[in-house]
Amino acid sequence: METKNIMIVGVGGQGTLLASKLLGNLLVGLGYDVKVSEVHGMSQRGGSVVTYVRFGDKVYSPLVAKGEADYILSFEKLEAARYVQNLRRGGLVITNNRETDPMPVITGAAAYPHDVLDRLEALGVRVDQLDALTLAEQAGSTKAVNLVLIGRLSTYFPEIPEEKWLKSLEAVVAPRFVEMNKTAFALGRRAK
Amino acid sequence: MKKLMIGNEAVARGIYEAGCKVISSYPGTPSTEITEFCATYDEIRSEWAPNEKVALEVAFGASLGGVRSACCMKHVGLNVAADPLFTLSYTGVTGGLLLCVADDPGMHSSQNEQDSRHYAIAAKVPMLEPADSVEAREFAKAAFPLSEEFDTPVLLRMCTRIAHAQCVVETADRVEPEPFPYVKQPQKFIMTPANAIRRHPFVEERMKKLAEYAETSPLNRTEGESSELGIITSGTCYQYVKEVFGDKVRILKLGMVNPLPPKKIASFAASVRRLVVVEELDGVIETFCRSLGLEVEGKNLFPPIGEFNQATIAKAFGLEVPEGYTLEEPIPVRPPVMCPGCPHRGLFYVLSKLKLTVLGDIGCYTLGSAMPLNALDSTLCMGASVSGLHGFNKATDGKMQNRTVCVIGDSTFMHSGMTGLVNVSYNDTKSTVIILDNSITGMTGHQQNPTTGYNIKGDPAAKVDLEALCRAIGIDRVRVVDPYNLAQCEEVITEELAADAPSVIISRRPCALLKYVKAKPALVIDRDKCRSCKRCMKLGCPAIHMEDGKACIDATLCVGCGVCEQLCPFGAIQKQDLAKGE
Repeated sequence: METKNIMIVGVGGQGTLLASKLLGNLLVGLGYDVKVSEVHGMSQRGGSVVTYVRFGDKVYSPLVAKGEADYILSFEKLEAARYVQNLRRGGLVITNNRETDPMPVITGAAAYPHDVLDRLEALGVRVDQLDALTLAEQAGSTKAVNLVLIGRLSTYFPEIPEEKWLKSLEAVVAPRFVEMNKTAFALGRRAK
Repeated sequence: MKKLMIGNEAVARGIYEAGCKVISSYPGTPSTEITEFCATYDEIRSEWAPNEKVALEVAFGASLGGVRSACCMKHVGLNVAADPLFTLSYTGVTGGLLLCVADDPGMHSSQNEQDSRHYAIAAKVPMLEPADSVEAREFAKAAFPLSEEFDTPVLLRMCTRIAHAQCVVETADRVEPEPFPYVKQPQKFIMTPANAIRRHPFVEERMKKLAEYAETSPLNRTEGESSELGIITSGTCYQYVKEVFGDKVRILKLGMVNPLPPKKIASFAASVRRLVVVEELDGVIETFCRSLGLEVEGKNLFPPIGEFNQATIAKAFGLEVPEGYTLEEPIPVRPPVMCPGCPHRGLFYVLSKLKLTVLGDIGCYTLGSAMPLNALDSTLCMGASVSGLHGFNKATDGKMQNRTVCVIGDSTFMHSGMTGLVNVSYNDTKSTVIILDNSITGMTGHQQNPTTGYNIKGDPAAKVDLEALCRAIGIDRVRVVDPYNLAQCEEVITEELAADAPSVIISRRPCALLKYVKAKPALVIDRDKCRSCKRCMKLGCPAIHMEDGKACIDATLCVGCGVCEQLCPFGAIQKQDLAKGE
């Protein structure tokens, strides 16, 4: 199988690392060669963060270059736009439609482009957006945005049975949060 | 057992399996997790040292004591540990000694982009460079017997994309070798001139033997048959080359990047028509190839700046790369920021308000340089704020001393700030030094340090009393402030700047992200009272933004620190219970 590339992007502190951990665990379990690359340190302090997940028969590079991502799973609208240069032609953006102001917007040095997803669609980018924050709140915690988005991503992999996703969820989430996260996953998976 | 591991966990696993007994390190991205993972193994005596020099000297002592030892740091940490390293090269080891150094091409979390391979060459010690987590474990493990066989410390060079990339690693059991009995060997370990003169020829001879070893070692391997293009590469660049070319080109993959194997490289060069070196940062391998008289390409195709990926390689060879989508209008950047409730924010607000010149240091508080606080004037290296302030005050004959301060974190002060403070006291400037004591090493992800009262395992440990330490150094004026109290901060800073004596102000409050720090209820804005003056926005708090012309606090982010409340002249920012009561 040719290597598939998923980028998980968001704002430092949003739980992108747990999402990549879950994906990594799932894909290894399915027998793929997997590489997951993340950045720690400075960028975790509320900055833009990106994690690369690559899987296939044999994966060499841990990075996804320009125009190579099959999926961009975005925790925040602006971040989806920031990394769209990495999306391959025909690739898919799955994004939370929530806006988190970056510091230049907070200080008034820049304006938040509220229509940014429309602009992406105008470029011909396929965008699947959902209100992951509201769904996460329904599941019991604003922190479960990551599982809502993973739930949505799972619908694009019909060949992977739901129980495999849930098994990976159990493997990477602290036991006392498993039920809440399962609810979040289900809400994302079944959201219209 | 097979497990998905980041490179740093794999290095720790290799260190564990090799039977290493002692590890001493100082945290630094992207190396930190190695020592944290080592600390999860009870068999390894793991510790955070106050700085990298101390850490390497501890590893030296452990080796002298007959056991295998290790030491990890980021690339700039090796500058600090360079002093013991260069002479450790002469003494050699008893138990095997591994020094792991993590470079940061692209400067994801660093102040420079130095290439650690120069240290291996300059100190005349071997250096291994893994290309993924699998090799990270293997090479870390192999370093110990190599160290003992050749009587040398062994460097292991990591980089961000190896340290923080995961792949599946197969592990093995730990085998702990018998410790070497201690034997006094003055000629080997006392580096007086008379002894060092005798050890230097040993070092030169050792490097020749290691170069011979490199010729046949499985660490260096040739792949592919093509005789057209030959690529010499190592580390993460190997992965990018494979991603682009697969098995289509001939590759010399170097796992040992110092010393390099001249015969192997020459015979590889002879087997191909075009020879190219692919290496991030400096042209170290390329320069070596030229010294052999080989016709070689490298830095004519690749930059000495930043990190590569597969597209960098493809483009350099004139291959097509996929096009992404391009938005025409730029979108706002999202730089890292101080967290909501960060104790540094209040203090930086006051420094900014007083329009002081501020010499900064290395840590989360380097973010005080960003807009809107814009509160820093310099950041050089660990500890440089204190010594730099002293120099600045000397240069200006004290004329700017009542408008200039420095800021340094608790861990950085322990690392190398306290020696600068000794200099302030001893060589007499009226400097005002601010220690930002947030009770943890923050930026690298919450490591304990000698001022926190806990060790790497979280067990209680001796706690350095900062006030007593500063007084013992000779600073009589030591004040403590709460950075959440803006009026107090302003008053004390103004007083200490005016004082005709050196002073230390300790700005003390634990990092808001620490588990034991309980968030208070989020503050709320009374929209009727808010006059849109935007004074609260001057804090640069991610929890505050403008909504429909009025300030608004994001309840999911706010931790109720109350700093913004002190800024509002109209009383529009309120605690929740107060707002409800009205």
